[in-house]
Amino acid sequence: MTITLAVFGIARDIIGAATLPLDIPAEESVDELLARLRRLYPALAELRSLAIAVNSEYAHPADRLHPHDEVALLPPVSGG
Amino acid sequence: MTYVALTDQPLDVAAALRRAETPEAGAVAAFIGTIRAHTAGRAVTRLHYEAYETMALHQLRRLAAQARERWPMLARVVVIHRTGTLEIGEAAVVVAVASPHRAEAFAACQFLIDTLKEVVPIWKHEHYADGTTWVAAHP
Repeated sequence: MTITLAVFGIARDIIGAATLPLDIPAEESVDELLARLRRLYPALAELRSLAIAVNSEYAHPADRLHPHDEVALLPPVSGG
Repeated sequence: MTYVALTDQPLDVAAALRRAETPEAGAVAAFIGTIRAHTAGRAVTRLHYEAYETMALHQLRRLAAQARERWPMLARVVVIHRTGTLEIGEAAVVVAVASPHRAEAFAACQFLIDTLKEVVPIWKHEHYADGTTWVAAHP
């Protein structure tokens, strides 16, 4: 299936785009997606943390992704 | 009443505090985060906040709900965060909490700003004379 990853902050600088279309196996887990992204963009592995959000919620590593999910890649937040 | 917002316009602190005022409350505690001129010895020229807006608003509403669960007596919860480019001294965030008494107003205000910094998807990009940094991105 294809998902479009929304990318923010330093992760957008590393990937070079604000959105990243990705072909991934159906039911890929959040953990597998993060491992895939770190393989594609090794600089992501150097960040203090890296999270996936699905439909505006922080996703758990074992959560499965579905075709119409809004998926985002979140580097360490620094608001306030 | 709960009011959470993001704005790309200069933050009107007085207007934010007025949103928190109510005759039901004997206390309004507020936190105002402003732009520092120096970070780790480097002179900051300006600063840019980027937000994942739909998620940031969702998480801010959740934080306000958590504060109300912990302190059910809260009369008003107001959280407004800036986005876009800010100059030194400008307000980046205002948290204001109204409550019958001060102890829970202080506690809820601190809970809201501390948790905001941990979970709300907003990113600070600092600009210096000789470069830029995404704050806290690396260990």
